[in-house]
Amino acid sequence: MDPRIEVIGKRLRNIDTLVPVASGKGGVGKSLIASTMALIASERGKDVGLLDLDLHGPSSHVILGTEDLDFPEEDKGVVPPKVGDIKFMSTVYYSQDGPSPLRGSDISDSIKELLSITRWRDLDYLFVDMPPGVGNEVLDTINLVKDPRFMVITTPSDVALRTVEKLVSMLKELDVPISGVIENMRNENSPDIEEKVRKMGTNHLGTVWFDDEIEQAIGEPEKVLKSDFSKDLREIFENVDYLPSSK
Amino acid sequence: MHEWSLAEGVISTAISVAEENDAEELVQINIKIGKLQQVDREIFETALEETAEDTMAEDSEINMEEAEAILECRSCGEKWNYQDSKKELSEEEEESIHFLPDFAHNFVRCPSCESPDFEILEGRGVWLDSVELER
Repeated sequence: MDPRIEVIGKRLRNIDTLVPVASGKGGVGKSLIASTMALIASERGKDVGLLDLDLHGPSSHVILGTEDLDFPEEDKGVVPPKVGDIKFMSTVYYSQDGPSPLRGSDISDSIKELLSITRWRDLDYLFVDMPPGVGNEVLDTINLVKDPRFMVITTPSDVALRTVEKLVSMLKELDVPISGVIENMRNENSPDIEEKVRKMGTNHLGTVWFDDEIEQAIGEPEKVLKSDFSKDLREIFENVDYLPSSK
Repeated sequence: MHEWSLAEGVISTAISVAEENDAEELVQINIKIGKLQQVDREIFETALEETAEDTMAEDSEINMEEAEAILECRSCGEKWNYQDSKKELSEEEEESIHFLPDFAHNFVRCPSCESPDFEILEGRGVWLDSVELER
């Protein structure tokens, strides 16, 4: 018997809302959206955690500008280091920011290990930056986490939408709650995708317009929070009943 | 996994099994410890003892058996013991593997062809092997 499964439930039981930010496709802005959602919720006075579960390509630490990648402090488990007011956990603390050549079962084991050792304690929100696709990380999150509320990210491109359709279809088949789809990187020439999203049987939560200045804000949370990108995400917060409103 | 998390997992899993089987007493808890995780036995034993306090596992006999960590290269088929690779690792690398044993792939290489693509055949982590119950 695997002793980690019992512990994972205990470690996550004081988290009110767990939001995996996922997509069928890479490069659609999951990490930036997950990190910025965490920053906005934290700015609004909530106790927030951010977990980077993209084991092959962790990047939330880059967005948050985390310089200190030393081993996290131990206290009958591992205490997630704070970046600003956000409790942040990632495998980068253990990979020494090098490549992690992991296969499927290695990934599942690492996720179980990470969820077992991390002591989040009380949180209003835990945002989870997921890797692209419908692989181990997504399936393990569904199996190990109680009541995840998936937020699905797409761009207006058909290339992204078609993979997102597969992810949404799988989540629905498994009866996993989906908050809806966020459309990222829209520009004036983009096709209208709201109808396509509705046909998937889920909500189009809102649009984040392509922000050509966001790259300059990467690594500086204060700048990220002042960006147009962040402004669009704040509007989406008003459309999701469980996210903290500005009012 | 950290020793305390590990102990918490072992004790609560053993208690769950006992409860599911309507046991009156949890007589024995048998644990296997894979050497890849490099569990500190002394800390683990203390953690088990403290975690079991005031639970039905308080007086259980706890047995531990260590298993060698055997790795097999997916590229050339070489099989080897992790202990042989350990000599090449820095303290930080060993510490990383202690917390996330699968991250051995980040630091360990096949001694024959230097590939990072190997399988952990046995001795990866901690496992609750069996429990003895009394109804």
